[in-house]
Amino acid sequence: MKVYTFDSPDKGQITYRDSKRHLWLASMVYPLVAVSGIGLYMVTGSEWSFLAPLVFIYGVSTLFDAIFGVDTSNPPEELVSQLEEDRYYRWLTYLTIPIHYIVLLTLAIFVGTQSVSMLSVLALAITGGIYSGLGLVTAHELGHKKSRLERNLAKIVQAVPAYGHFCLEHNRGHHRDVATPEDPASSRMGESIYQFVRREIPGAFKRAWKIENDRLERNGKNVWSMDNEILQSYALTAVVQLALIASFGWIMVLFLAVHNFWAWWQLTSANYIEHYGLLRKKEASGRYERCQPYHSWNANHVFSNILLFHLERHSDHHAHPVRRYQCLRDFPELPSLPTGYFGMFVAAYIPPLWYRIMDKRLMALPHVAGNLDNVNVQPGKLDALLARYPRQAEVLDTSFHQTEAAAA
Amino acid sequence: MNCYQCPDCGYIYNEAKGDAHEGYPSGMKFAGLPEEFVCPDCAVRYKEDFVCIETPQ
Repeated sequence: MKVYTFDSPDKGQITYRDSKRHLWLASMVYPLVAVSGIGLYMVTGSEWSFLAPLVFIYGVSTLFDAIFGVDTSNPPEELVSQLEEDRYYRWLTYLTIPIHYIVLLTLAIFVGTQSVSMLSVLALAITGGIYSGLGLVTAHELGHKKSRLERNLAKIVQAVPAYGHFCLEHNRGHHRDVATPEDPASSRMGESIYQFVRREIPGAFKRAWKIENDRLERNGKNVWSMDNEILQSYALTAVVQLALIASFGWIMVLFLAVHNFWAWWQLTSANYIEHYGLLRKKEASGRYERCQPYHSWNANHVFSNILLFHLERHSDHHAHPVRRYQCLRDFPELPSLPTGYFGMFVAAYIPPLWYRIMDKRLMALPHVAGNLDNVNVQPGKLDALLARYPRQAEVLDTSFHQTEAAAA
Repeated sequence: MNCYQCPDCGYIYNEAKGDAHEGYPSGMKFAGLPEEFVCPDCAVRYKEDFVCIETPQ
C-alpha cells in the first residue's frame, strides 16, 4: 500500500498509509447494487427480488454500521496536500459517473422491455431514484473542486437524477447560509421531513436560479443563454430521458417521474439530517458567525462512509468545502448521529421516532447547553418546545416558586 | 493592481485579470466587488475575510 512521508523539522519523519485506500472502490461500485434485484429476478423468477437493493441500503448497511462501528483515523495535517494530489482518488470519482448512467439505463430498459407488475415497476423506479440520488454524492464530490474538468463532470452526473441546479445551489447557497433560518437546505428543530421537503425543493431551486441569474447578468448575458450552467445539465437530462420515453413509451414517463422525485427525496433526506436544529449566531455586523464544526451532524461509521465518499464526516467538509474526500477528518466532541445516514433516513421518515432520537441529542450539545435560543427552531413550534425544554431562568423561577409553595 | 486571497481555500482574486467566469472584468478593483461577495470556490469566506497578497508569480 502506498506510503506517504513528510520530513517535519519538529516531529521528524511522518508517515501515513491510508487504510481505506482500496475500500474507496466501494463508493464507485455501490450504485450497481441497484441492479442486483434484476439479477436476482433472472435467477429466481420472483418479483420480490426487486426489493433486494432496498433491503441492502436501509437494512444491511445499517446493520454493518453497527457491526463495523466507527473509524477515528485521520491523515496527519502535514500529509494532506500529498493525499490531495494522489490522482487515484479522483479517478474513482470520475469512474463512478458512467456507473450512474449504467444503473439508470439498465433499470429503464428492463422496465421498458420486460412485462412485470405495476408494483414491480414502482419498486424499480424507487430503487433507481435512491441510487441515482447517490449521483448527487458523486456530483457533490466533483462539484466542490476548483478544476474546470471536475466541475463539468459534476454537471454530467447531476443530470442523471435531473437535478442540474444542485452544485450551484449547494456550493454557493447552502454552504453560505448553512445552519441559519434562511437556508432552505437546513432543517429546523420540530420540523418534520414532510414539512422540510416543501421548503427545501422549491427554496433550493429558486436560490440556484438567482445565483446563476446574477452571475450571467454580471457577464451581460441572458439567463436563457447556453452559458447557463443549470440549463447545460438540464439539457443532458432532457436528451437522456426523452430518448428513453421515445424508445419505450408512456411507461417511461411514470418510471422517470418516480425515479426523479425519489432521487431528489434522497437529497432532501441528507439535507434534513445533516444540520437538524443547528444554528449559527448572528454577529453585530449582521453577518452570521463562521460555520463551526458543531454546526453539522456527523456519522463516523466506516461502512456507510465508504459508500458515500466520506460525506458523513460533514463538519470537516463544511469547514473546508474544497477538501477531497480522502482527506476529511474526524474530531472528538462533534455532534454525532447514532448510526449512518441510511439508518437515520428511516428514522427521519417516522417523525415521532426522529424527534425522540434527535431532540435530546441536540439539546445536550455543549454549545446548545439546553437553551432553545441556541437552536434553529421551526416557527410555530417554539411554545411547545419551550414547555419541554424551558429556558434556564424559567427553570430557576419555577423551582423558586415551588420552594416558596413548599415553605408556605 | 493587487491580489486578494481566500484564507480558507486559497482562491486568488487578481485585480489585473478579474474573474471572467464570475462576471468581474479585468481591472476591476477588489473594493468594487459587491458587498455580498463570497469566495467563488468555497463560499465560506466573505469579502472582508480576504487577505491582500503580492501578485503571484
